[in-house]
Amino acid sequence: MSDAATLSGRVRSRRPRFSPAPLLGVATVLGLLAALEALIRTGLVSPFVVPPPSTVLLAGIDLLWHGNGLEALLATAFELLSAAVLVGLIGLSVGTLLYRVTALRRTYEGWVAALAATPLVLVYPFFLVMFGRSAATIVAVGVVAGLPPMVLRTIEGFAGVRPVLVDVGRALNLRPVRVFWSIEFPAALPVIFSGFRLGLGFALINIVGMEFLINYGGLGQLINEHAELYDLPETYACIALVVVVSAVFVAASEHLERRLRG
Amino acid sequence: MTSPEPSAPVPPLSGDTSAVVGWTAALRVMNVTKRFHTGREIVTAVDDVSFDVREGEFLSVIGPSGCGKSTLFKIIGGLLGGFSGEVRVGGRSIQGPHRDIGMVFQEESTFPWRSVLDNVAFPLEASGMGRAERLDRAAHFVSLVGLKGFERRFPSELSGGMRQRVAIARTLAFNPKILLMDEPFAALDEQTRYLLGDKVLQIQQATKQTTLLITHNIGEAVQLSDRVLVMTYRPGRIKAVVEVDLPRPRSDDVITSDAFARHVAGLWRNLKEEASRGLAESEALVSGGAG
Ligand SMILES: Nc1ncnc2c1ncn2[C@@H]1O[C@H](COP(=O)(O)OP(=O)(O)OP(=O)(O)O)[C@@H](O)[C@H]1O
Ligand SMILES: [Mg+2]
Repeated sequence: MSDAATLSGRVRSRRPRFSPAPLLGVATVLGLLAALEALIRTGLVSPFVVPPPSTVLLAGIDLLWHGNGLEALLATAFELLSAAVLVGLIGLSVGTLLYRVTALRRTYEGWVAALAATPLVLVYPFFLVMFGRSAATIVAVGVVAGLPPMVLRTIEGFAGVRPVLVDVGRALNLRPVRVFWSIEFPAALPVIFSGFRLGLGFALINIVGMEFLINYGGLGQLINEHAELYDLPETYACIALVVVVSAVFVAASEHLERRLRG
Repeated sequence: MTSPEPSAPVPPLSGDTSAVVGWTAALRVMNVTKRFHTGREIVTAVDDVSFDVREGEFLSVIGPSGCGKSTLFKIIGGLLGGFSGEVRVGGRSIQGPHRDIGMVFQEESTFPWRSVLDNVAFPLEASGMGRAERLDRAAHFVSLVGLKGFERRFPSELSGGMRQRVAIARTLAFNPKILLMDEPFAALDEQTRYLLGDKVLQIQQATKQTTLLITHNIGEAVQLSDRVLVMTYRPGRIKAVVEVDLPRPRSDDVITSDAFARHVAGLWRNLKEEASRGLAESEALVSGGAG
């Protein structure tokens, strides 16, 4: 590569070298599923307790292809996406505010920490009254559940920025807004994103839980229906689809983190 | 926190010879005192320090660990408030960071999320320089500090000394009129330290940048400086201002000369007293704390 080629183009992010970790993860899951299949096939585990993974797979494909699986998956994904955007924006703003204003932080940080350990899904009647039996209620509960970790980790992220990095910006006479966006924010980003991913997880759990609870839209409702009819393969297939949604969102958030930092 | 009147008398060890010689001061430090209030104790980090720095001068500051050198630099750089006295740049009293001053910090200060090249280009980017131009300029300074080929690496992939060189390049690329460097070569081995010091000196001689350097290395101070300022241990005062009247450029002949050795020995005597006093005090603290 010539010098000019090396230097042209701003380096966006570190090119990760090949890592066996993701492949190993997939292999482990497949291995465990195969072992389960074998246990059921040999009769050591009753198929009425756990359906064989192959049956679940077929049920899943059938749900996506002929049933309303895809629709439910998209509904849940859309609710999670809405919740994620709100958790990200509100959490970042509130966290930044609490970090900046020491008095607010002293007053409220403890409460936020307490909320993080509370089953916030229990506030659903409130949203039910406000938004009715709708996606809005489900998203609202997801947001409420996802916010505390996001807020806490945002505060922590900013508090952990080494002062000398801020001094570099100040010494260059940058305005505080500029110092914030070009130094403090990228420096705190990894911690903020760990909070965001935690928040995403809480949001998804509560979104699916709410769908189940108020029997509305999404994968949660589908699980509800199939569980009631004791359609075990379909039930497990839906749970697997929740895992798929979760994995896609975590991967997307990692991608976003790299983009924002670069 | 009140500034002294402009006519306040300058103490004898100020190094202020401007009236006599008639040069203009690029930087004036006037009766600066800084105290830190920590819990129940008040630490006087800098005590009534005054000195002038000539335009284009290379001035080193040397003194025992904890004597207030970094504090003094942060005050000059406008990063630390709450001091008494005054700092003037180009005749004007500074309030906060000044665009003519560039700083290299003692602590590791590279941005871990930016590549070497983007780190060095940061100040240029902040000042609104166009992309192609700033990357070009940054690349020049990266190779100047001996990091050619590492442009796309990230700080986590470099050694401590290499990271410090990135920080030096970042400040040099910005071309400040006054350069403050707080132990920039501390993490480097002796050879690299010498070569890089020489390079910084070459740049400084070419650009006539006014340079202040904190160092613990007496040889380095003599190698590079026009004057060396020796500070006392707690409170941080100026103990001596030593003129280094060795010819420039400081070739190998100069560095191995008797005059050079005499300067080193003189500084060492000045410093030894302070260093032992500093050590004795901390030992007293330790044994006192244990008792
Ligand atoms: N933010 C602070 N709060 C309280 N005390 C401080 C603070 N910064 C520095 N000090 C104290 O001021 C004194 C001078 O510190 P400073 O960092 O200026 O020393 P230094 O000469 O740069 O030392 P070194 O050579 O080890 O870097 C020290 O006694 C230190 O404990
Ligand atoms: Mg220091």
